[in-house]
Amino acid sequence: MNEISNSSGSQSSDSGQRTSDSQKIVIIKYNAGNIRSVKNALLRLGYDAEITADPDVIRKADKVIFPGVGEASTTMAYLRKSGLDKLITSLKQPVIGICLGMQLMCSFSEEGNVDCLNIFEEKVRKFQMPEPNAENIKIPHMGWNTITNVQSPLFDASLEGEYVYFVHSFYVAMGDHTAATTNYIHPYSSALQKDNFYATQFHPEKSGSVGERILTNFLKL
Amino acid sequence: MLAKRIIPCLDIKNGQTVKGVKFVEIKEVGDPVELGALYAEQGADELVFLDITASHEGRKTFVDLVKRIARNINIPFTVGGGISELKDAEVLLNAGADKISVNSSAVKNPQLINDLSLNFGSQFVVVAIDAKHQQGHDWVVTVNGGRIPTDKKLFSWAKEAEERGAGEILFTSMDHDGVKQGFANEALAKLSDELSIPIIASGGAGSMEHFKDVFTHGKADAGLAASIFHFKEIPIPVLKEYLNKEGIPIRL
Repeated sequence: MNEISNSSGSQSSDSGQRTSDSQKIVIIKYNAGNIRSVKNALLRLGYDAEITADPDVIRKADKVIFPGVGEASTTMAYLRKSGLDKLITSLKQPVIGICLGMQLMCSFSEEGNVDCLNIFEEKVRKFQMPEPNAENIKIPHMGWNTITNVQSPLFDASLEGEYVYFVHSFYVAMGDHTAATTNYIHPYSSALQKDNFYATQFHPEKSGSVGERILTNFLKL
Repeated sequence: MLAKRIIPCLDIKNGQTVKGVKFVEIKEVGDPVELGALYAEQGADELVFLDITASHEGRKTFVDLVKRIARNINIPFTVGGGISELKDAEVLLNAGADKISVNSSAVKNPQLINDLSLNFGSQFVVVAIDAKHQQGHDWVVTVNGGRIPTDKKLFSWAKEAEERGAGEILFTSMDHDGVKQGFANEALAKLSDELSIPIIASGGAGSMEHFKDVFTHGKADAGLAASIFHFKEIPIPVLKEYLNKEGIPIRL
């Protein structure tokens, strides 16, 4: 268990000081909810991260995290307006998109019918309720589900079949860059990888010790 | 396969965990962050922290507590109690809460559900409903810890909450809560059939069989309980092992 920090203690800053293995980690700041939970997860693992929208800081970082909770079309509009769209696609260091971050890295999303960053050619679709719905399937897909056929440096073999935490109503279809598969209504891409770009539909920062192993694998790339 | 969720609920008063029996007698059972971290380690799938403090001072303590929870716990958690406007929810979101739950305030002002879901996304909004079964009648929605009946009925109110943008329904049967004779499975199954969002069952857990029943007959997506976990009557790992053996999809 982690040390319980005192409520009266000072809150950790967003300075993103270099950690013991001296890598610089940044979390891209944009109009998305609960970005701080990723930073908290890194702090629990002994890494600090800077939450920033500064293009120079992002470009120079060793690792870039592109988190996200929100709606695709409004978020894409924001990324385009701020120039973050071109910046993200030009990055050469390891980049990981989480949840909406992953969906925005795809070519197109049915959420607001918007063209996205096109790092991955895969498309983002809306889950459709099965008819008849004998198994009482719910949308959103919310809770713990398994990742299978894991194939990426993000995952080691021990992560095959492990449970991770999901909350989403849109999914990435299976494709050439599928790095993990999850079955909900049908199989879909729960992780993607292409060159230096990684992405997870689930929230590693909320997926207990399994999520911590995945984040650690990313940080060790 | 999507796993059924086991959710310990921690009632918080002045920064400490408490659990009332039928919401009246209150016993202290420890530090919420330590208890929450322990549950997470033992395999809890999510946690719920309900602030039952009314005072302004207690409220501030709770927000500080939510920050500590967010820093120390590696699974999703919901916080509830005292959220009556957007601003209250925003403070908790910024403190690190993954979801918030609204109860009486949504009954008084249903538009709050729309506002919360539009501003923060429906995944952030859990609508908690406390209801009592009336002989030969429908389930009546109650507020203020079950003390005050309202003119709302369980099924129509749950449906309305879904339409207004709730991401999940947390249904507590006030007839079953604290009695430990099992969950309100019939009503839960009806909710699950009529709604397309996840249903969290609360009130009545007394044995491991009760959880099996709520996931099969009750068709619930998650089972919430407090005292059986706090007083170590049913350890979470033992419960999950049992459910797994019974064929319930569970995260071990």
